Amino acid sequence: MTMRIDLPEETIAGVLAKAFGNRSFLIGLAITLLIVAVALISFFWTPYDVTRLVIADKTQAPSWAHWFGTDHFGRDILSMIMVGARNSIAVALVAVGIGMGIGVPLGAFAAARGGIVDEALMRVNDLVFAFPALLSAIMITAIFGPGAVNAIIAIGIFNIPVFARVARAGALAIWPREFILAARAAGKGMTRITVEHILPNIATLLLVQGTIQFALGILAEAGLSYVGLGAQPPMPSWGRMLFDAQTRMVIAPWMAIFPGMAIVITVLGLNLLGDGLADILDPKSRRRR
Amino acid sequence: MTAFLVKRLIIAALTLVLASMVVFAVMEVLPGDAARLMLGLNASADQVEVLRNQMGLNAPLVLRYLHWAGGLLSLDFGRSYTYSVPVIDLVRERVVVSLPLALIALALSTVIAIPVGVFSASRQGRTGDTLAMGAAQLGVAVPNFWFALMLIYLFAVWLRLVPAGGFPGWGAGIWTALKSLILPAVALALPQAAILGRVARSALIEVLNEDYIRTARAKGLPYRAVLWRHALRNAMIPVLTILGLQFAFLLAGTIIIENVFYLPGLGRLIFQAITQRDLIVVESIVMLLVAAVILINLLVDFSYAIVDPRLRARQ
Repeated sequence: MTMRIDLPEETIAGVLAKAFGNRSFLIGLAITLLIVAVALISFFWTPYDVTRLVIADKTQAPSWAHWFGTDHFGRDILSMIMVGARNSIAVALVAVGIGMGIGVPLGAFAAARGGIVDEALMRVNDLVFAFPALLSAIMITAIFGPGAVNAIIAIGIFNIPVFARVARAGALAIWPREFILAARAAGKGMTRITVEHILPNIATLLLVQGTIQFALGILAEAGLSYVGLGAQPPMPSWGRMLFDAQTRMVIAPWMAIFPGMAIVITVLGLNLLGDGLADILDPKSRRRR
Repeated sequence: MTAFLVKRLIIAALTLVLASMVVFAVMEVLPGDAARLMLGLNASADQVEVLRNQMGLNAPLVLRYLHWAGGLLSLDFGRSYTYSVPVIDLVRERVVVSLPLALIALALSTVIAIPVGVFSASRQGRTGDTLAMGAAQLGVAVPNFWFALMLIYLFAVWLRLVPAGGFPGWGAGIWTALKSLILPAVALALPQAAILGRVARSALIEVLNEDYIRTARAKGLPYRAVLWRHALRNAMIPVLTILGLQFAFLLAGTIIIENVFYLPGLGRLIFQAITQRDLIVVESIVMLLVAAVILINLLVDFSYAIVDPRLRARQ
């Protein structure tokens, strides 16, 4: 997959025009902005206080007072989903940050140096890939105990080889190009060429991958909290809400339905956004459609 | 070709050795003394010291690693601290639940995804394709454990067709045992099938644009034959790659799904072991699953040679 943002047709206006004509990009962006907005609003306002337990109101079905019903402690599900969005976004975002921050320099370095360095870095990549995020989370939890931070680290570690691979593949495609040769002739060093020419040219690639990993991070965080390895109560998290819902499926199915829908909609939005971005920014995938 | 396979084999072995070092190192830095854990808080320091010597815990680090790693090779993982039985016995009991579950899910996901991919690719851009890929887009976004809860609600609580959880054991008859694996397998398979279906579709579309497909059509072969025999075979490489990656996710997924359905598999065992700080069990299961992931990816590399005659010819 090569990407060229330096083609003459790829003006900012052109990209914008394409963006507004791309349905999955628009829907994905709308959903993503909505979820981010919900998470931000939850800092200032939620319909009910999620830390107050009102046993008299426990496991109430959805109503005008509680749109999504209440849980076994009488907490408002909608409010908890709003606060849970913060946790999901924060965990996934930081995990993507860790993956990009470490993976991209590694990948770019491997591509620039080649040879033994490249081979060695790719073998380390294979090693990390052999540990699914859940397994590294289990090991990290075994050492440090459960918590949101450890979930972030586990998902982040899994993101590193992903970004290293994407950055390496992207950089390898750019290095043989003429403008790189020109830069080298001008006496620029490896690091400067990477920062000034390689990274800007693989930025779109990284953006698309970042969106995908963001979505995967939200799924992974939900899975980890569900098995008790993520955010700890009383901090509301979507995965934890589903865990609490499990034993009460018969009496309070809404406790499971709504947090699950929140996850599905968020991940769907991010995936649509990623697909749309790939279509808009990558000439090759556009041709393929 | 042989050179390629030998290289992959060496890399896989190297990865396995490095992975074992990582797992060993992680367990080394853990707080807690295995001997103290086994004897309880009332044991004297002398007693603990004697047991530490017996267990070889006082040996130098490198020796302990070699002893542990050598044990792994002969499937001797040591003894569980809490159950006081060999870890391999615990694993053997549980793997007969986890492995069939992962395999059924993998088979199910493939059986669903390939026809959907072929269907979509052959109707690219038309309504059927749009609907199928819309469904796939949704499927990718569904967390398998939530899907599992919804399946339990629908088929176990509401329709009462299958048990909501638990596992009667293979001794209860194959059909009875399989029945309790149906929902977990479906829950694991559908989200994976959505990913695989998307990959199969785009791989097929790429292949269908090749010259040899036009040639095959031009010499009068029916579209169906070209699609299923010529195109699908050539689209298998990306599909197999994803299948290999998915097996890793499926194994990790079984850990979570087993907890949803209360299945007595490796996943349940690892969580019990964590709460009981039975580290040797945690260590062994992690190592087993990592080995499985590495092995599967190696098999995928080998299968390229079977699927793609071009690779075989390069011998």
